[in-house]
Amino acid sequence: MSSDVAFQTPARLRPTRPSRGAPSLRGTAIIATTARYLFLTVLSLVFMFPFWWLVTSSLKGPSEIRQTPPTFLPESPRWQNYVEVFTYQPFARHLFNSIYLGVVVTIGVLAISAISGYAFARLRFRGRSVIFVVLLVALMMPTEVTIVPLFSLMRSLGLVNTHVPLILIPIFGPQTILGAFLMRQFFLQLPRETEEAGMVDGLGHLGVFLRLALPLARPALGALAIVTFLYSWNLLLEPLVFIDDPDLYTVPLGLNSYTDSYGVPIWHLQLAATSISIVPMVVAFLVARRQLIVSFAFTAGK
Amino acid sequence: MTIAYQRAVTGRRAGRSLSLRRREELTGYLFISPQVLGFLVIVLGPIVAVVVYSLQNRTLLAPEATFAGLENYRHMVESDPYFRRMLLTTAIFCAGLVPINVGLGLCTALLLSSNRRGDAVFQAIFFLPVVTSAVAWAVVWRYAFQGELGPINQFLAVLGVTGPNWLQEPTWALVVVTVTRALKTVGLKMVIFIAAIQGIPKEPLEAARLDGANSWHVFRHIMLPFLAPATFLVVVITMIGSMQVFDHILLMTAGGPSNATMVLPYYIFHQAFRAFDTGYASALAVVLCVLTLGLTTLQWAVRRRVVPDEQ
Repeated sequence: MSSDVAFQTPARLRPTRPSRGAPSLRGTAIIATTARYLFLTVLSLVFMFPFWWLVTSSLKGPSEIRQTPPTFLPESPRWQNYVEVFTYQPFARHLFNSIYLGVVVTIGVLAISAISGYAFARLRFRGRSVIFVVLLVALMMPTEVTIVPLFSLMRSLGLVNTHVPLILIPIFGPQTILGAFLMRQFFLQLPRETEEAGMVDGLGHLGVFLRLALPLARPALGALAIVTFLYSWNLLLEPLVFIDDPDLYTVPLGLNSYTDSYGVPIWHLQLAATSISIVPMVVAFLVARRQLIVSFAFTAGK
Repeated sequence: MTIAYQRAVTGRRAGRSLSLRRREELTGYLFISPQVLGFLVIVLGPIVAVVVYSLQNRTLLAPEATFAGLENYRHMVESDPYFRRMLLTTAIFCAGLVPINVGLGLCTALLLSSNRRGDAVFQAIFFLPVVTSAVAWAVVWRYAFQGELGPINQFLAVLGVTGPNWLQEPTWALVVVTVTRALKTVGLKMVIFIAAIQGIPKEPLEAARLDGANSWHVFRHIMLPFLAPATFLVVVITMIGSMQVFDHILLMTAGGPSNATMVLPYYIFHQAFRAFDTGYASALAVVLCVLTLGLTTLQWAVRRRVVPDEQ
């Protein structure tokens, strides 16, 4: 948690300005400031380029998108692309699938990681730290390691080409471990006194968790919900392996299917669909940038 | 605090303390049981299974398997014509990601760590790709780096330069895949570095400035030693991240051209679900598993040095 605390603390590290008296030093400072903004601006353009190009090209027609020299803005926005995205293949269905899977996965992950995170933070039981460390090791394990046995398992249960693996694997996989870790850190920071009073009042552990701790955890749960929904929304390997039926596709699979019979992307449609697909991320980023940064930095740090 | 709590409880009701502790313990197991049971079935079971599978002849098409001993591993080392090339590509990819992530991450962090006007905007811009899906990121870059029709080559054409067919030429394809992937994760490394910079104690910095040290000396001799652990952490995180690039490779190159961008995580998928050789894919998965375990251990060792007070 130390990193995000540091992140929220305003910096006191302002570089001392060169003394105003010396004109040459002042000139150096101006050059340094200009160079700094120039560097940052150029780098920002590189980072903004994909987004700019994604959105503007998604409004170009099939011929303008191949035009040399390229146009920075579409000559006349072709909103038709955003209609064809839905008529070319059942993309509305894919959106619906991704949304409902995202909601189900988020609820599952929140429920499991909240109660488990609470236990790891507050209850003493034998093997607690060993179990926790084993979970943390597994957090880093890429799904590529386990995907073959998972496929065999799901096939023997007759669950291939259903949405069940896309719910079970994220709910019990690494995302829940991350969730338990975040929730544990949150509960560790809460003062114990309320909960102890609750125990004395005879609430029991479950009562204390549900009535006292959980309501306080709403901000942590909110951040975890956003990260988890995006995680589910962006999954690619699992749907690719488990789903064949285009009606069961999720958004990432749908995006990959705007191709002609040779497998060449139909760019104006693929880019329009991709623009739609990043809406949840952009919204989440605008609403909860700080929490997102902290959660992501956390994931990386574990 | 735990001890204080325990004392409070045992002190008050010494007679029932044992049963209370017992109850707490049982409740603990109950609370973590959904997580642990799911973990056993979805994560640990499959990891054990993948080791068993790796010792078998199996294909995706038939559920039966026969014992093969170390045959899959022998094939990996001796007769798979792509394995060494694939390992080398994975290493090059990883080695390319590290300097870009450390370099740009540290540069942006140094420039953006003092909360000046506009810093938040720049931070947001550099961080946005981290949040964006790997799929969307790869789709746009694949579009940008097409042969004649891609915007990058069109711009180059305006400047009178004929750009290569980036994603169809083995060397360029690997370069493009590496750089675009690195750009996606730089923002995260920036955040880690910013936290580290803001955690540097102020006294030595100010003392050095009062003594007349210039910015470079302050950076080189005071900030850099403080930032060494964070840098090492970023290096290890980047290496672990380089194993999580399936989406990026699939959408940009699908491992091509002629296997030039075939990296380990994608190769596992390719062997299992395109070549249907799940036995061999499992052996490859064991290699990935061991690599990840090694890197995670390294990361923890580093992290303990970076944040000593953390459990």
